[in-house]
Amino acid sequence: MAKELWKGNEAVAEAAIKAGCRFFFGYPITPQNEIPEYMSLRLPQVGGCFLQAESEVAAINMVYGAAGAGARVMTSSSSPGISLKQEGITYIAAAELPCVIVNMVRGGPGLGGIQPAQSDYFQATKGGGHGDYRIVVLAPDSIQEAANLVQEAFDIADQYRNPVMILGDGMIGQMMEPVEFTEVKKRQLPEKTWATTGLRGRKEHNVVNSLFIDPAVCEKHNQKLFAKYAEIEKNEIKVEEYNLEGAEIVFAAYGTVARIVKNAIKALENEGIKAGLIRPITLWPFPKANFYKAAEMPNVKAFLSVEMSMGQMVEDVEISVKGKKPVYFYGRTGGMVPTPKAIVEEAKKILGGAK
Amino acid sequence: MAVVFEKTKGLTDKPTHYCPGCTHGIIHRLVAESLEELGLLDKAIGVAPVGCAVFAYDYFSCDMQEAAHGRAPAVATGIKRVHPDSTVFSYQGDGDLASIGTAEIVHAAMRGEKITTIFVNNAIYGMTGGQMAPTTLVGQKATTSPLGRDADHAGMPIRISEMLATIPKAVFIERVSVHDVPNIIKAKKAIKKAFETQMKGLGFSLVEVLSTCPTNWGKTPIEALKWLKENMIPYYPVQNFRTPEEVK
Repeated sequence: MAKELWKGNEAVAEAAIKAGCRFFFGYPITPQNEIPEYMSLRLPQVGGCFLQAESEVAAINMVYGAAGAGARVMTSSSSPGISLKQEGITYIAAAELPCVIVNMVRGGPGLGGIQPAQSDYFQATKGGGHGDYRIVVLAPDSIQEAANLVQEAFDIADQYRNPVMILGDGMIGQMMEPVEFTEVKKRQLPEKTWATTGLRGRKEHNVVNSLFIDPAVCEKHNQKLFAKYAEIEKNEIKVEEYNLEGAEIVFAAYGTVARIVKNAIKALENEGIKAGLIRPITLWPFPKANFYKAAEMPNVKAFLSVEMSMGQMVEDVEISVKGKKPVYFYGRTGGMVPTPKAIVEEAKKILGGAK
Repeated sequence: MAVVFEKTKGLTDKPTHYCPGCTHGIIHRLVAESLEELGLLDKAIGVAPVGCAVFAYDYFSCDMQEAAHGRAPAVATGIKRVHPDSTVFSYQGDGDLASIGTAEIVHAAMRGEKITTIFVNNAIYGMTGGQMAPTTLVGQKATTSPLGRDADHAGMPIRISEMLATIPKAVFIERVSVHDVPNIIKAKKAIKKAFETQMKGLGFSLVEVLSTCPTNWGKTPIEALKWLKENMIPYYPVQNFRTPEEVK
C-alpha cells in the first residue's frame, strides 16, 4: 500500500478498524473529535457499531459491557474526559477485559486548555483509578507509529485480557503525516471462552465481575493480576535508543517531544556536544533497564527528561537510574511546546555545571 | 407423586444473602421464571447493580456482568450492541438507578435501547445500612434523614416510571408490587411483557417493582408488606404506563 496523507486522529480510527475493532463508544471533546466522527461514518460500513454516549462515564461502561461480551472495542477522549473514565478503567482492569482507550492529551489540570500536553503521564501510568492495577500505555511519536501501535494494542489487550491506552497528545491527533497502513503481525491469541455471549448450550454461566468480597480472595485476585503484569513487563517493553554511543548527556522524552529533542541533539552535535536519547514507547511497562544501562556508561554525565508537563516521567527516570547519575528536568506545560533552542540551552547549562 | 412446583432453571442453587422477609428473592424468581417460560435462558445476559442485588450474578444461571454503581444500563447497552439477538436485562435498585445512575437510565430509554430493566424500589439504601434514597418517602426515617425526609431540605421522592414514560422510545413501562399474591402474579405478567417487548425489538422496557426492606425499615416482614401497601402505593401507584400494541 502506498503512503497517504492522514490526520492523526483519523489514522488512529482507521488503524483500529484495520485491527478488527467493530465497536466504538465515545463522547465529544477537543482535540480528539475526529476519532468518533470518523468512526461514526466508517464502522457501519464494516458492519460495526458506533454509539455516541451521554457521557464519558457511560461510554467507558459501554466499553466494559461490549468487551465483556467478547468484542474488539475502543473509546477515545482527551484529558478531562479520561478523568471521567477512570472509574470504568479500574473496573475493566479488575474484571480483566481487553479494550483500547485513546487519550489525546491536552493541557490541565481542571478544564486546562485544548493544546497538546503530556501532563496525564501519572494518571496513565500510575493507575488513574482506585486500587492496585496497571494498564499498558503506548506513546507514539508519529502518525505512522500511532497507526502501527493502535493495531498492536488490540492484540496486546486480547493476549493479556487488559486495557491498553494509546497516549498521544494534541499534536499527534491534529497534525497530518504520510502513513502506510502496513499489515501488523497478528499474534496467536487465546479464545475468549470467558465472554458473556449467552449460554448458547454452554453448561456453566460466565460472569464478568470485579467484586471479591472475601479479603483473602480479593488479595489472591490482586496477586493473579500482578503475576500477569510481571509477564507484560517481561515481554512488552518497547523503547528507542538514539545516539547513545559517546553521549555526554542522555535525554528522556516520549511522543512528539522526542522528535523535538532529536532536533536539539543535532544542534548540540553542531556545537561539538554529543547527546543521546532514550525514548520510551511503552510508558508502562517503563524501560527501566535501558536507563540503568545508560547510567552505567562512563561517557554519560547526566540525564535530562524533557516533557510537556511540570515533571512526571522524570520520576520514572530517577527510579531507573538509581542515583548513578544526576537526573534533570526541563518542561513546558499547559499547551506550550518546548523549542529545540531551549532544550539545547538547558543541556549546555547542565553540562557546564557538571564539568 | 405429581410434581406441583419446581424451582426455575433460571436460578442457581446458591443460597442468597438477602435478609429474612426481603422481597428481592421473589423478584429474582419472577425474572428467572419469565426468562425460562419464554425460552430465553440460553441467550439471556444479565447485568447486576451495586446495592443489595450486587451478588445477583451468583443467583441467575444465565451469563452475567457486574456493573459499577448506576452504570448497568450503559453496560447492558454495550452487551446488546454486540449481541443484538440476546435478551439483555439490568437488575437495579433505587439508589443505583434513581440516584447515581439517572443519566444512564434516561439515555438508555431515550435511545430506545432494546434492553429490559428490572427496577427494584424499596425507598431506601439497603446494602449500606439504611440511608435516605431519592425514593424515600416524605417523613420516612432513614440513617441520613433521622427525623424523617424533609421535602424542603431534600426534595420530593422521584417517580421514575412516570418520568421515563415521557420518553418516546421507552415503550413498555409498568409499576408493580410484590406485597401480596395477586400483585406478585401481576408483577410476573409485566416482567414477561417487558421481555417480549425487547425480543420483538420494539424499544426500551422497564418494570418498577415496589419492594420491602424489613431490616432498614425497622419492621417485621409482615409489617413491612403492610407498610409498603399503605405508604408506598399511594405515592407510587401500581399501574401500567405504556404497553406497545404488539404485546398487549
